[in-house]
Amino acid sequence: MSAEDPEPQKGADAELWDLRLYVAGQTPKSVAAIANLKKFCEEHLAGKYRIEVVDLVPNPQIARTDQILAIPTLVRRLPSPMRKIIGDLSNTERVLVGLDVRPRG
Amino acid sequence: MNPLVSPAVGIRKAPTGIAGLDEITFGGLPAGRPTLVCGSAGCGKTLLAMEFLVRGAIAYGEPGVFMSFEEGAEELAENVRSLGFDLEDLIGRERLVIDYVQVERGEIEETGEYDLEGLFLRLGYAIDSIGAKRVVLDTIEALFGGLSNEHLLRAELRRLFRWLKDRGVTAIITGERGEGTLTRYGLEEYIADCVILLDHRVTGQLANRRLRVVKYRGSIHGTNEYPFIIDEKGIEVLPITSLGLAHAASTERISSGVSELDDMLGGEGYYRGSRVLVSGTAGTGKTSLAAHFVDAACRRGERCIYFAFEESMSQVVRNMRSIGLDLEPWIRQGLLEFYASHPTLNGLERHLVTMYKTVRTFQPRVVVVDPVTNFVSVGSTEEVSSMLIRLVDFLKTHQVTSLFTSLTRGGQDLEQTDVGISSLMDSWLLVRETEADGERNRVLQVLKSRGMAHSNQLRRFLLTQRGVRLVDDREPGIEASPPQREVEVGRPA
Repeated sequence: MSAEDPEPQKGADAELWDLRLYVAGQTPKSVAAIANLKKFCEEHLAGKYRIEVVDLVPNPQIARTDQILAIPTLVRRLPSPMRKIIGDLSNTERVLVGLDVRPRG
Repeated sequence: MNPLVSPAVGIRKAPTGIAGLDEITFGGLPAGRPTLVCGSAGCGKTLLAMEFLVRGAIAYGEPGVFMSFEEGAEELAENVRSLGFDLEDLIGRERLVIDYVQVERGEIEETGEYDLEGLFLRLGYAIDSIGAKRVVLDTIEALFGGLSNEHLLRAELRRLFRWLKDRGVTAIITGERGEGTLTRYGLEEYIADCVILLDHRVTGQLANRRLRVVKYRGSIHGTNEYPFIIDEKGIEVLPITSLGLAHAASTERISSGVSELDDMLGGEGYYRGSRVLVSGTAGTGKTSLAAHFVDAACRRGERCIYFAFEESMSQVVRNMRSIGLDLEPWIRQGLLEFYASHPTLNGLERHLVTMYKTVRTFQPRVVVVDPVTNFVSVGSTEEVSSMLIRLVDFLKTHQVTSLFTSLTRGGQDLEQTDVGISSLMDSWLLVRETEADGERNRVLQVLKSRGMAHSNQLRRFLLTQRGVRLVDDREPGIEASPPQREVEVGRPA
C-alpha cells in the first residue's frame, strides 16, 4: 500500500476529500488513473484532498474486504456518503458527477 | 457397467457426489473445466452448485470457492442448513470459501477504461488460500446489471472462463434462463464443455423438477429429462437405471401364496426378483392376491414393504382378516412394513424418492404397490409410466420381487393397463368377471409369465374364509363352491 498525500489544507473547517484509488500493478490503465486523479484533484479540490493508492496485486484480500471488482476503482471515503467510481478517470465530466464535486446547495 | 467409469476414454471427470447426477454424466462434470448450469429462478441452480462444492470438500478432498453475486454468505448458509450442509464448519476447516461479490446496480459512474482484474485477483486469492479445486460463480450474469459496458464485460467473461481453465479448477457457472436462449446473456457461447439445464414445472398444483444434460463435449451422457428432487439430504436425480440390463436373472422360484396359482405358474410360483402385475376391475380381489404373496414371503422370514395408495394399513389388515389372512403378526415381528399414502399428497418424484428410500432402508425382498393406477391422479399417463419404469427398474436392480396391482376401469380393454406398464412385467395376472350359465363369476388367467410354462386356463377365482381359491372347473372331483358362499371383502367408501 503506498500513500501519496499532499498535506491536507490547514483551513480546518474546509471539507477533506479522502480518496482511495485501487489499482492492480503498473498497468497502463492504473498509471493513467493515478495521473488523471492527481490532475483532477489539483484542478478541483486543490488543498483539501488526500489520495491513497492501493495496489491489489500484493494485497488481493483487500479486493474482497473492500468489495472491489473493476480496476481502477476510485472510492470517495470522505465526505460521506461513500461513493465509488470506476475507470481510468479520463472523462473528467463523469468524475465530477461520480464524486459529486459540483458545487452543492 | 460401473456407472462411475466413463465408457468414453480420455476425459477426466470430477464426481459431483449428487445422487444420480454422476450416473447420467458417467462420472461427473468435466474436470478442470467450467460447466454451465442454467434454469429459471427457483429451479435449484444455486443448490446444485453448492452441493457440488460441499460434496467435493467432504467426499473427494477437493476444497471449493463459492463466489456469490446474489446472496451473502449468511443467507447461503441459512438456505442450505436444512439440507444438512454446515457451511460455517467447512469454512472454519478451510474446505470452503464464500466470497459475496456485491454488485451495485447501475450506480457506478464509469469514467474511462477499466477491466475486472479486481474480480480475478479476488478469485485467485480465494482459490490459493485453501488450495481450491472447485469453483462456483453464482450468478455472474448479475454483473450485467451493474456495469453498463456490455462489450467489455463479455470480453472479460471470456477471459475469466479461459483463466478458470488455465487454473485447472472444475467450475460451475450458473445462468438464468433467457427467452429462447439457455441463459439471458448467452453465456452458453463461452462455456461449451458441459451444459446442464434445470427446470421447475408446476402442473396440477404439484411441482416437478427436471434436469437435462444439454451437451457434454467429449463424453456420452444420458439425454433424457431426469426428474430430481430436493429434500433434507440435498439433490437427488433419478436416472432410469444405473445398471442397464446387466443384472443376473434369478432362477429361484417363490410361492405366490396361493398354491393353485403356483400350479398355474409352472407349478412353482414367481421368479425371485421378477415383477408381477395383477390387473382387474374394482373389487376383483387384487389386494387379496397381493396379501397372499406378502403373507407367503413373511412365512419364509422375508421382509416386505406394502405401499398402499388406496387404503390405510388398518383397512387392508382388517379386510384380509375376513378372508383368513392375518397380516398383523408379520407387522409386529417387523417383517412387514406398511407405507400408506395418498397419491395426491406429493408429486410423483417425491413418491418415487420416498419409495426408494424406504426400500433402501428396510431392505425388503418383496414389495407390493397397491394400486399403481392411482398415480394417474397426480400425473399424466406418460409421467406415471416413466416413474413406474424407474421404480420397477430400481426394484429389479435391488433383486426385490415386486407385485403391482392395477385397476382397470369399467369399459376399458381388460388386456390393457391404464399406465402402460405391462411390458415391464414378467408375469401378468388378470382377474375379471364373467357371466356364464346363469352365474356371475370371477376368473383369473395368467396373461403372460416370462420364462416359464404357464397355464392358459381360466380359473374360477373365489375369495373364501380360507383365502383365495382358484378352481379348475374342468377337473372333476373338486366341488365348486357356489358364489354366495364367498365372503365379501369389505371396502368402505
